Amino acid sequence: MAGLRKAYGGTVAVDGVSFEVARGEIVGLLGPNGAGKTTTINMILGVLEPTAGTIHVEGLDVGRERSRALGCTNFAAVYAPLPGNLTVAQNLRVFGMLYGVARLSQRIEELLTEFDLLPFRDAKCGVLSSGEQTRVALAKAMLNRPHLLLLDEPTASLDPASAQETRARMRRFAAGGECGVLWTSHNMYEVEEVCDRVLFVSKGRVLLEGDPKTLPAEHGRDSLEELFIAVAREPLTLMQSEVA
Amino acid sequence: MKAGRAAAIFLRQLYLLRGSLARVLPLFAWITVDIVLWGFITRYLNTVAAPGYNFVPALLGAVLLWDFFSRVMHGVTTAFLEDVWSRNFLNFFASPLKISEYLAGLVLSSVATSAVGLLVMLVLASAVFGLSFAGYGLLLVPFLLVLFLFGIALGVVGAAVVLRFGPASEWFVWPLPALVSPFAGVFYPLSTLPLWMRGLGRALPPSYVFEGMRAVVAGGEAAWAPLAWGVLLAVVYVLLACWLFVRVHRHVVRTGLLARYSAETV
Repeated sequence: MAGLRKAYGGTVAVDGVSFEVARGEIVGLLGPNGAGKTTTINMILGVLEPTAGTIHVEGLDVGRERSRALGCTNFAAVYAPLPGNLTVAQNLRVFGMLYGVARLSQRIEELLTEFDLLPFRDAKCGVLSSGEQTRVALAKAMLNRPHLLLLDEPTASLDPASAQETRARMRRFAAGGECGVLWTSHNMYEVEEVCDRVLFVSKGRVLLEGDPKTLPAEHGRDSLEELFIAVAREPLTLMQSEVA
Repeated sequence: MKAGRAAAIFLRQLYLLRGSLARVLPLFAWITVDIVLWGFITRYLNTVAAPGYNFVPALLGAVLLWDFFSRVMHGVTTAFLEDVWSRNFLNFFASPLKISEYLAGLVLSSVATSAVGLLVMLVLASAVFGLSFAGYGLLLVPFLLVLFLFGIALGVVGAAVVLRFGPASEWFVWPLPALVSPFAGVFYPLSTLPLWMRGLGRALPPSYVFEGMRAVVAGGEAAWAPLAWGVLLAVVYVLLACWLFVRVHRHVVRTGLLARYSAETV
């Protein structure tokens, strides 16, 4: 992403955001509510047109080659549940066809097994618990073995055990070296555990960037959570210290 | 355009129809009521009107053809509204799916659902009320083609309206066929209408179908040239409707309406 900007009239939601997600890397996109994280993700997914800037996935411009670029991308977000009136298997089949997944039946079986969804294969998604629905959304996000995976608070509705499994699963997936992951979360413990690099966003701008394990100390904070709170409450102070 | 993606949209509709009485019943319930109602009205009119004129092919035939058109249009909009109701736009439009593939999938869904309706109407109208389509001969092909194409065009326009103005605007869409019918001369010749309405009627492809149908029923022959014009006009409307949908999609992506669809921030 280079110089990404989104303005609604006079309101700027994202202001000159630039970053890369390399293969095998998990990048955390952090920031308070309304910071511009979801707006950024929506622009990467092609459902929101940037006012300025460009987005490339595997060298493909999302603005110009949307279909091909999104063919090697996928996402899961709590605000985009799969249709509740289709069963788990039906949803995976429909989205597998949309993403042009080869040997789809076999892939669906693999994902049902991997995400412990076999008992829910013929259950309508709408009757599943929120944690089970999250697992279905993650299975759908993995259907096409994406090269860029966008996860917007993927563990928000999972119990601690399931959340830990999900984090481990995503780490394994990224470690395969074929996929980069952009991960948003408000759980700083999770971010520290799972992300190789984090970007702190506030008021539409990237304020800080670095290793989640060393970044707090670099800015005089004891933990990532303290740093997050500082970004949310005193973004200007942090920006000035960055410049200095 | 990849056929597999259009097939995915169609398959989703098939999954929804399978085993859902609430979705299967409307495919033929209301048109069955229409055929029964108008079937008896035409029978009654045949008993009180001057002998020699048969109202069955004129009125019941018109009702059947108009209901086919409405089913085609609603086939497209209902398939589209399924994505509105299940808040599925983000999942679909953030995938590699192209607009042409999405619309093709909606059209495929409409072909399947309107074919069911047409079959039920044909069986009922011919078996119970003696309506025979043999009298229309080969003309039935352009009749159905024009109505199908215009139904698709109006359905895509309806979908574009809902995409632009949000979920609540679906109430604009349902009465669209009723809004068109007075101008299309479904039950009366266009010459019955005042000049300004006649002008609008001539711009509507279905009017050529119903004028042609009445000519055949009256014992004459329908002219092929106006029907060909009707087909051409219908094709133009389909292209214009698709263009409108693409424009609306671009607008909602640019303004953020798609990403915040349920907020209806017009």
